[in-house]
Amino acid sequence: GPLSERRLMDVKLGELPAWLATCDVSPQGLLAGVRKAWGSYYDKYINVKRGGPAGISMLLAGYCLLSYGWNYQHISKISFLGSV
Amino acid sequence: VFHTTRPLHTTQQCLAPLPPLPEKGGEVRYGLIPEEFFQFFYPKTGVTGPYMFGTGLLLYFLSKEIYVINHETVAAACILSVIIYGVKKYGSDVAAFADKLNEEKVAKALAVKNDAIKDLEAAIEQEKKEQWRVEGRSYLFDAKRSNIAMLLETNYRERLLTVYNEVKKRLDYQVAMQNLKRQKEQDHMIQWVEKSVVQSITPQQQKESIAKCILDLKALSKSAQAAV
Repeated sequence: GPLSERRLMDVKLGELPAWLATCDVSPQGLLAGVRKAWGSYYDKYINVKRGGPAGISMLLAGYCLLSYGWNYQHISKISFLGSV
Repeated sequence: VFHTTRPLHTTQQCLAPLPPLPEKGGEVRYGLIPEEFFQFFYPKTGVTGPYMFGTGLLLYFLSKEIYVINHETVAAACILSVIIYGVKKYGSDVAAFADKLNEEKVAKALAVKNDAIKDLEAAIEQEKKEQWRVEGRSYLFDAKRSNIAMLLETNYRERLLTVYNEVKKRLDYQVAMQNLKRQKEQDHMIQWVEKSVVQSITPQQQKESIAKCILDLKALSKSAQAAV
């Protein structure tokens, strides 16, 4: 189908810049994109009859990685002579 | 946190009732990595591909000190082991409890629906009964009509009786009046005749009649004595 309506997984590597260009990067567009992403994640892993730990554990793992990334600068400067 | 559910009313045909929730969520391996990751690698590298990728990535991070090992690593390891032990031991109990809560909710909603259906069915029965009653309307009106006719008849006969009694009373009165008049005339005449007879008896006649009576009595007594 037309480029702008295909999902990311269906886009070929060469068409990636063109596909990115068709994205809607205004604040409303970004917000709509975030809402859609959360909605699809929620419907797939959390809003089910018999879910397991997977739904929130992935969120927590993502949070761990994100906070590690934010604090990387601080963590990498630890000097082993000064710490206990 | 956005709470968007499945989009409702987006297509022309509105899906009501809603389709039920999916039974299980998307498959996730080791609680962290979705199955799609493994499926993505399967065509090119088979089953061990993603594991090799993960191991290589981990060693790269460790060797390049992108992931530093410090006190936080030990803390993370302890916390993770405790969490995994807790989930493995009590997971099924928590799941059963949550299922029970869900079932109670569903049972309540179902009870409400069944009550509503029962009430409506009872109303339908009532309605049918009313319709059957309507058929009996003609009998009702016939009974009422005969009642009214009987009332009219009774009333008419009562009045007839009253009329008869009243007329009879008046006629009796007239008859009584006539009898009374006749009686009074008779009494008055008898008195008048007696009075005039008593008056007409002069003293002379009285003496003569008394003497005659004495003579008669003597004669009678004689004949009586003779008879005895």
